[in-house]
Amino acid sequence: MKFHYGMPIFAGLIIFLGLVTFPLWFNAPSEAYKDPEPKLPTEAEVKAAGFDTFACVESTQFMREKHMQLLDEWRDWALRDGKRSYTNAQGQTFEISLQKTCMKCHTSKKEFCDKCHEATAVTPYCWDCHIEPEGYNETH
Amino acid sequence: MTAMYSLVFVFLLVLIPLIGVGSAHLEFFFAVCVPTTAIIIFLAGFVYKIFQWTRSPVPFRIPTTGGQQQSLDWIKQNKWDNPSTGAQTFIRMLLEVFTFRSLFRNTKVDLNKGTGVLGYSSSKWLWMFAILFHYGFFIVAVRHMRLFTEPVPIIFEWLEFGDGILQLGVPRLYLSDLLLVTGISLLLIRRLWDSRVRYISLFTDYFPLLLILGVALSGIYMRYFAKVDVVAIKAVTMGMVTFSYANLPFEQIGASFYVHVFLVSTLLAYFPFSKLMHLGGVFLSPTRNMPNDTRIKHHENPWNPDIKPHSYEAYEKDFGPAMHEAGIPVVDPANRGEQA
Repeated sequence: MKFHYGMPIFAGLIIFLGLVTFPLWFNAPSEAYKDPEPKLPTEAEVKAAGFDTFACVESTQFMREKHMQLLDEWRDWALRDGKRSYTNAQGQTFEISLQKTCMKCHTSKKEFCDKCHEATAVTPYCWDCHIEPEGYNETH
Repeated sequence: MTAMYSLVFVFLLVLIPLIGVGSAHLEFFFAVCVPTTAIIIFLAGFVYKIFQWTRSPVPFRIPTTGGQQQSLDWIKQNKWDNPSTGAQTFIRMLLEVFTFRSLFRNTKVDLNKGTGVLGYSSSKWLWMFAILFHYGFFIVAVRHMRLFTEPVPIIFEWLEFGDGILQLGVPRLYLSDLLLVTGISLLLIRRLWDSRVRYISLFTDYFPLLLILGVALSGIYMRYFAKVDVVAIKAVTMGMVTFSYANLPFEQIGASFYVHVFLVSTLLAYFPFSKLMHLGGVFLSPTRNMPNDTRIKHHENPWNPDIKPHSYEAYEKDFGPAMHEAGIPVVDPANRGEQA
């Protein structure tokens, strides 16, 4: 088989294949991928925080997909419209507040928020304005 | 019409995963089998194409008149447009690959109705659309690596941060999404708008444009509108690149993800057999990657037959008497039967 300028072309081809197969060889030596495990509150902790029900504001799958949208809407309602109460699909009403509602149960940014955000390389800008809750500095 | 066929074809490609996942529940097939097969076709097809091209004979140097070639000492050479050495050619290739210098030279013919002069004028639109699109697409592709690596290398985190630095909306608007969609739309509009470009456009021109637009829009719909479970998606993508397929959370992922993946898979599988192979082909462009040194170096045609030199004297020595007999003038008097 006759090749013309085979050496430089194959060198380039090998570099290209190395680059596009990056995820394969990058992950090969590390351990098997594990889902991030955000620390979820226990029922006792939720009761102690002063909530009647153990469930979150919305369903788990809703929160997994759309929590950022909910928080964004909450910010607009609370700070721009002055609306401070949120009623979910089950008819339960919550106070619209990151610190007084969400973080009552999800007390630690490091143990809860950061787990998934680090796994997916996301840097939300919540904390540009909000003060990171207590417990963050101790564990960080 | 070809544009319409392409559009209908892309719609069909969207329907396949919608039905396959929505009705037939073939999540594993569409999230793992299809993309893995597409990547194998992409890699094998790419290697096959490059092998095929490497086996093709390389033409003689093609000097392009983009600039003054190397000449007398007092004539300034345009080294990057008309290089005469390997290093200068390397710079021409860098500029070509990273800044699309030949598109920058795009011209159009204009008739000045006032003066009646027909002439060429600069037309940078193609270059600008191409730059927007290619860099947008490149950043989008690299940014996706956050879903294929664990731990995520810092460079992809920076890219993710920088791309969303405007902090518009939640999740943040990626600037590269804007670049990609703007670029590809402008390229498509240019193809439909300019009657001369439209005349030479084929299915294979419209289809990749519409397919990439479909990929971009499905991704944008998934991220900003439908909203999907990214952590579940990362579990699936990591399972795919580490070949561990047990307990992947397919049921947590919305249909828009499967549409996006199917369109990307189609693009990958189609890539090596389409005009998109200019990704590899640009490096093998004979008008770009060869120095203009035809008057400096002796280039021997590699497939020349081995012909021994045969002078006229030797020729006349072989055929002189016969030539004389046929009335053809000969030099050597002996061939005319005369004494020297």
